[in-house]
Amino acid sequence: MTTLVAAVLVLGVGTFAFRYAGPALRERMTLPPRVERLLGMSTIVLLAALVATSTMLDGREFDSVARPAGVVVGAVLAWRRAPFVVVVLAAAGTAAVLRLLGVP
Amino acid sequence: MCVADGVVGLSFGAITVGEGLPVWLPMLLSVVVFAGAAQFMFVGLVASGGNPVAAVLAGLLVNLRHVVFGFTVGDVVGRGWQRAAGSHVMVDESVAFALAQPDGERRRAAYWGCGVLVFVCWNVGVLAGAFLGTAVSDPAALGLDAAFPAVLLALVLPALRDRSTAQAAAVGVVVALATAPFLQAGLPVLLALSGVVVALARPEPVAA
Repeated sequence: MTTLVAAVLVLGVGTFAFRYAGPALRERMTLPPRVERLLGMSTIVLLAALVATSTMLDGREFDSVARPAGVVVGAVLAWRRAPFVVVVLAAAGTAAVLRLLGVP
Repeated sequence: MCVADGVVGLSFGAITVGEGLPVWLPMLLSVVVFAGAAQFMFVGLVASGGNPVAAVLAGLLVNLRHVVFGFTVGDVVGRGWQRAAGSHVMVDESVAFALAQPDGERRRAAYWGCGVLVFVCWNVGVLAGAFLGTAVSDPAALGLDAAFPAVLLALVLPALRDRSTAQAAAVGVVVALATAPFLQAGLPVLLALSGVVVALARPEPVAA
């Protein structure tokens, strides 16, 4: 538990430093557009990778069919701009029904 | 929008507790870190048995974009103690809201109003979700594990409509999935950043 609290605090302090840096430094320097683009893209790539690994694996193992199926249903709905709540409920509902039918 | 954030917060709280993590974790994260995507990243990696160091690193990388935000909206954040409070409510929503306003005073009002409102809605949502999550006995039977990636995907999908970002993400996803069976959880996600390198190595699109 101590490790987890420490990890949250480090993440919090680091995030605050990032947020504070812009207002504090902007009168003395500017960011090149290329850096801005790089940072924006990195965020999306990291999150997309997290989506993929948390969909397909539990730890190091490909363990489930119901979960990826649920996520695909959610993805299709999200792509078609369905409301957020619908996306979440459809993804969870699909996985739940498949498991009820005995799919792992 | 406040309602939307509340719903995402609700999902975050419920899913975090559903993954077997302690009920205080989503609340502490939401007050101290207050950045949805990074919180999902952190929880996702810790829940899958990842090293907390990797989880912090990945969370920090996701939050690096706030440096850019700060340069863009720094003039409305204020000075002195105000700058500290104003920095903490710097989130995607408050920045977007501020940028949608034409002049200084309205910009400041939009930034602060939206930032504080989102802070309240987010934390109320997470609080409610966390307690809701404790009431669920078998999260897998309800498909809560599928809800987690679906929530994240819904959040990143608008950005993936940009072609080079989508290409970078595709490379990153392949790298992460290919390395995941061999590495500790957390590292594959960090390795996905190689997708950005690939995207940058390609020539810039020529403006017409």
